[in-house]
Amino acid sequence: MSMNNQGRPSAIPANSGAFDGVTGTVTGNRGLQIEEPLIFEQDSAGRTGVDLPDVPKVASRLGAVKPRAKVGLPGLAEPQVVRHYTRLSQKNYAIDSGFYPLGSCTMKHNPRLNEKMARLPGFSDVHPLQPVSTVQGALELMDQLAHWLKTLTGMAAVTLAPAAGAHGEMCGIMAIRAAHEAKGDSGRTKILVPESAHGTNPATAAACGYSVDAIPATADGRVDLEALKAKLGPDVAGLMLTNPNTCGLFERDIIAIADAVHEAGGYFYCDGANFNAIVGRVRPADLGIDVMHINLHKTFSTPHGGGGPGSGPVVFAESLAPYIPVPYVTHGKDGFALVENAGEGPAFGRMKAFHGQMGMFVRALSYMLSHGADGLWQASGDAVLNANYVMARLEDVMTASFEGPCMHECLFDDRFLKGTGVTTLDMAKALIDEGFHPMTMYFPLVVHGALLIEPTETESKASLDQFVEALRALAERAKSGDVTYFQAAPRLTPRRRLDETAAARKPVLRWTPPVVAEALAAE
Amino acid sequence: MTKKFTKDHEWVLVEGDIATVGVSDFAQSQLGDVVFVELPEAGRELEQGKEAAVVESVKAASDVYAPVSGTVIEANQALVDDPSMVNSAAETDGWFFKIQLKDASELDALMDEAAYKAFVEESH
Repeated sequence: MSMNNQGRPSAIPANSGAFDGVTGTVTGNRGLQIEEPLIFEQDSAGRTGVDLPDVPKVASRLGAVKPRAKVGLPGLAEPQVVRHYTRLSQKNYAIDSGFYPLGSCTMKHNPRLNEKMARLPGFSDVHPLQPVSTVQGALELMDQLAHWLKTLTGMAAVTLAPAAGAHGEMCGIMAIRAAHEAKGDSGRTKILVPESAHGTNPATAAACGYSVDAIPATADGRVDLEALKAKLGPDVAGLMLTNPNTCGLFERDIIAIADAVHEAGGYFYCDGANFNAIVGRVRPADLGIDVMHINLHKTFSTPHGGGGPGSGPVVFAESLAPYIPVPYVTHGKDGFALVENAGEGPAFGRMKAFHGQMGMFVRALSYMLSHGADGLWQASGDAVLNANYVMARLEDVMTASFEGPCMHECLFDDRFLKGTGVTTLDMAKALIDEGFHPMTMYFPLVVHGALLIEPTETESKASLDQFVEALRALAERAKSGDVTYFQAAPRLTPRRRLDETAAARKPVLRWTPPVVAEALAAE
Repeated sequence: MTKKFTKDHEWVLVEGDIATVGVSDFAQSQLGDVVFVELPEAGRELEQGKEAAVVESVKAASDVYAPVSGTVIEANQALVDDPSMVNSAAETDGWFFKIQLKDASELDALMDEAAYKAFVEESH
């Protein structure tokens, strides 16, 4: 079997004294943290927050699709609804509430200026089907954003349409396929992907009809160039590579890698998820990359992780520029226009019904213009400096997987926990009690029990020091043999350790009214 | 017939020309709590070393390869209903599928239990 050994016991540890819901209070609430029932459990039949007029008697014209039963919406008063959703939102942890060092996710601060700009009515109240003469400002903004993205990457063309990173990957691989097809080259059935890749890379290649071949990593955490060369041939359509990679390391052989891929007739796709490490310092086009997606929601600070939709523009070098999907913005003497039809060209079509995530374009350009070229240059430098600071301050108590310096994120593995009985998962849970969102765990797969920390440039030295001190104390505690402490973590959260195994084996995906549940149980 | 093992952590037990296949106890310990298995349908032709089944824990999905070539005659339905058997009884009741052997000589290259144990200790 292709054994993925990052599996772990995901049920509640036997001796954790697992949480049984008892808080010691009469209400079940923990201080002002309310034990919130489901909205359906707060249902009071007939209660409503609005005074609706009686429905006039009309003959239904819905025919076969007319409702057969009541929808069963819960009845609540307006203050109940407001409190319910406010309380749920208070249970959410976000970059606006604290440090969020989730590796390979670039959880950086979204400046409030971005929000102010995105709420300007000229951007927020436009509709994609408006006549283009009425949205010239919005199109100009897209054109400027495209200019910045092309300038920062050195690339020839950009599509803003893809909805997020994985959608951008799909766009890039479809362009590669279109390019091979245009040359009449149908023998290329394989995409090469390094072992440390994001899971979306092999998934994208497979979704586009390619088989995937993994390239092993070297002992220093980078692509094995010789192993790559051995796999290249007339059956390889291209390579997907993240740079800096998910071990937080710059692929120092990247130009030789690009040359080898091109020599074999393939194209070089770069996963731009970690672009934040090199913005303003390295232009991907200079590395020989043919096509790359950019996560506006990582690198350019637009909110994500539940805070907003992603946005994954894709930049194309001259080699693949003819295959760019529609629509894209052009401008001439009559102003700005959207090219909606590629005509007879070799392009493969479109990725999305309309032009992409307008609100994210506004935020990203706001970030770029307010920082300026020098500010972007400094942000990437600070991101790398912060990751190296964390790495340097933890190296003596935790085990760094590869020799530094690192780029925007630093990678540790679980060797420092060997023999303690404490796992990476336990460390992460204990870190929640200390008031931090955990780092990325068990990824990348190339090391065992990975802990991947990406502080971003957002954090001050003071917040990094607090985080480092917490992790150092936990590492010492694990080594002192206090395994029980870890297995009982987290202690201070609304819910204690979750039984992920039971949730996966017996998922409860919908609420069942008590009457129905009783009837089902009696059956 | 003794149990034989592959380097990819499958085991195979041959009785007559029927081979029973599963994953090793070491493999289950590495996978974590198994929550889902996908088994091949009866009648499917399997080729040695090619994908035959899928096993998933909460965070990890892995392919199970056919240790020998042949035709599937039965999948372990009890395992589909209760995937935790991979953890509790990997090398007994937690078998994955049975196949009609095509070429018994394919077994020669596989390891016996002692050799597999040594292989695991050396490589992990």
